[in-house]
Amino acid sequence: MEIAQIITIASKEFWDRIRNRWVLAVALVFTAFALVIAYFGAAQQGSVGFHSIDVTIASLVSLVIYLIPLIALILGFDAIVGERERGSLDLLLSMPITRLELLLGKYFGLAAALTFSTVAGFGLVAIVLSAQLDFNALLHYFGFMLSSVLLGCAFLSLAVMLSVFATDRTRASGLAIAMWFFFVLVFDLLLLGALVATGGEWGSEIFPYLLLANPADVFRILNIFSLNEVRTLYGLTTVFPPALAHPWLLGLVMLAWIAAPLGIATWRFRK
Amino acid sequence: MADISTMQTETRAAVIVARGVHKHYGSIHAVDGVDLDIHAGELFGLIGHNGAGKSTLFKMMLGLIPTTAGEIRIDGAQVTGGNFRAVRRTIGYLPENVVLYDNLTGLETLQFFSRLKGVSPAESGPALERVGLAPAAKRRVREYSKGMRQRLGFAQALLGNPRILFLDEPTSGLDPEAIRSFYAILRQLRSEGVTMVITSHILAEIQERVDRLAILTAGKIQASGTVQALREQMDLPLWFTVRVAQEDFAAVRAALGHLPVGAIEAHDDHVTVQCQREAKMAVIAALATLNGRVRDLTVREPSLEDVFFGFSD
Repeated sequence: MEIAQIITIASKEFWDRIRNRWVLAVALVFTAFALVIAYFGAAQQGSVGFHSIDVTIASLVSLVIYLIPLIALILGFDAIVGERERGSLDLLLSMPITRLELLLGKYFGLAAALTFSTVAGFGLVAIVLSAQLDFNALLHYFGFMLSSVLLGCAFLSLAVMLSVFATDRTRASGLAIAMWFFFVLVFDLLLLGALVATGGEWGSEIFPYLLLANPADVFRILNIFSLNEVRTLYGLTTVFPPALAHPWLLGLVMLAWIAAPLGIATWRFRK
Repeated sequence: MADISTMQTETRAAVIVARGVHKHYGSIHAVDGVDLDIHAGELFGLIGHNGAGKSTLFKMMLGLIPTTAGEIRIDGAQVTGGNFRAVRRTIGYLPENVVLYDNLTGLETLQFFSRLKGVSPAESGPALERVGLAPAAKRRVREYSKGMRQRLGFAQALLGNPRILFLDEPTSGLDPEAIRSFYAILRQLRSEGVTMVITSHILAEIQERVDRLAILTAGKIQASGTVQALREQMDLPLWFTVRVAQEDFAAVRAALGHLPVGAIEAHDDHVTVQCQREAKMAVIAALATLNGRVRDLTVREPSLEDVFFGFSD
């Protein structure tokens, strides 16, 4: 494997997103949402202004869990199928580059753009809030940012995978939306449904492990567990066995969610 | 396959070798048993109708798609094998209807591809100059005309001084002036010993310029060799146009009467005569006996179109 080839592809993808202001737009969206949530998140309780980092993060988590998977899927769904459909893939593949290098280059370039937007967008808010945060609170907030980056990278990996499988862009975009619905909206309902339908008889043992089968849930657990103030608010995570509740373990699960779809994509792309 | 290559080209080493190459998509045989030897420093033409399998064959030669059966070697190495990277570095490719990145400038496009090829990005400027795009170097490809994109694609193929060039319909979208300068570059490359494979559906354009060619029909090579060898093999008739006054038409018929000629047709001020190649000199000799009554004489050789359609029909 030649790293230089990966870097060439990745930097083109990254600078494309910088140039067409994709990175800027997404970063601004994140900044705006984070600021609004931090300052007006408690408006329902009759007060305005920044209160607690834990509550802010909890609100941001509920937002990010919808937003980041969607943004990542939109970013990556045409990575390969787009080149194929436009007719530029043949020329790329005629270069002294392997399919794995091309795929990784695409992935890392897009992931860099998404990471940059996420870190810049939420990081700006951290700077704004820094005067009101102690070290521990900052640590929590950085944990949230890191897990947001991982969440984005996991869904980007899924997006790149379906961009290899799809035969055209239209189908790829349909698959991306379906994937978003499944992981973000349907998956938890299915699990809860199964749990309720069996009266809790079935699955209460494996239930926590099934949550690991969804990167969005892993993200939620990662953030909720680090927040004492809100942990009790969430019914779902209270059934989570302490053995699994190590941030580094959950981080590894996220990394697996990044590696596995890329691995499948590579296998398929080489065929 | 009829291989009627000249002795001269046979003695040179084959750089691109295809043996028993098949490509099947379900029941469709896009390429159906192709054998080819393309020699070092040769300008080789591949002609055929749309859908004859030219682009598919190209893609297999470049290792972009696998063969269903058979193998292709470039410089002795399998194009899909382990050392493909070394082989690829010696290859330039201009795909049919080249698609480049609209959001990059011409210069950035070449810099991107030179990095992928492991060539210094500093080569990009001279490459643009070579195809006459230097004034448009800083403009986005989005603003380029079809012909300019084609020239940029060609410049891309030339990056890193490849020893082998695959050019798929390279002149489509080019104006006559650009076609001329395109072939001037090819001539120069040929003198430098670059091996080139070119496809075109503009047969008249290609026939005077290639060393040898292969005619591909429905995935099969119908014939290959030099244009002259193909003409001879086809044994297509020649056409004489004999300019004479109307009162001499009969004399022409009489002079040619004993020769194995085909149709003799009278027109306003000339007679057309069809004959086989072996009768050519005899016809000229017979016409010479008419002592100045023949005002002009032209011989039309069968064009590559005739050869092409003769083979593919």
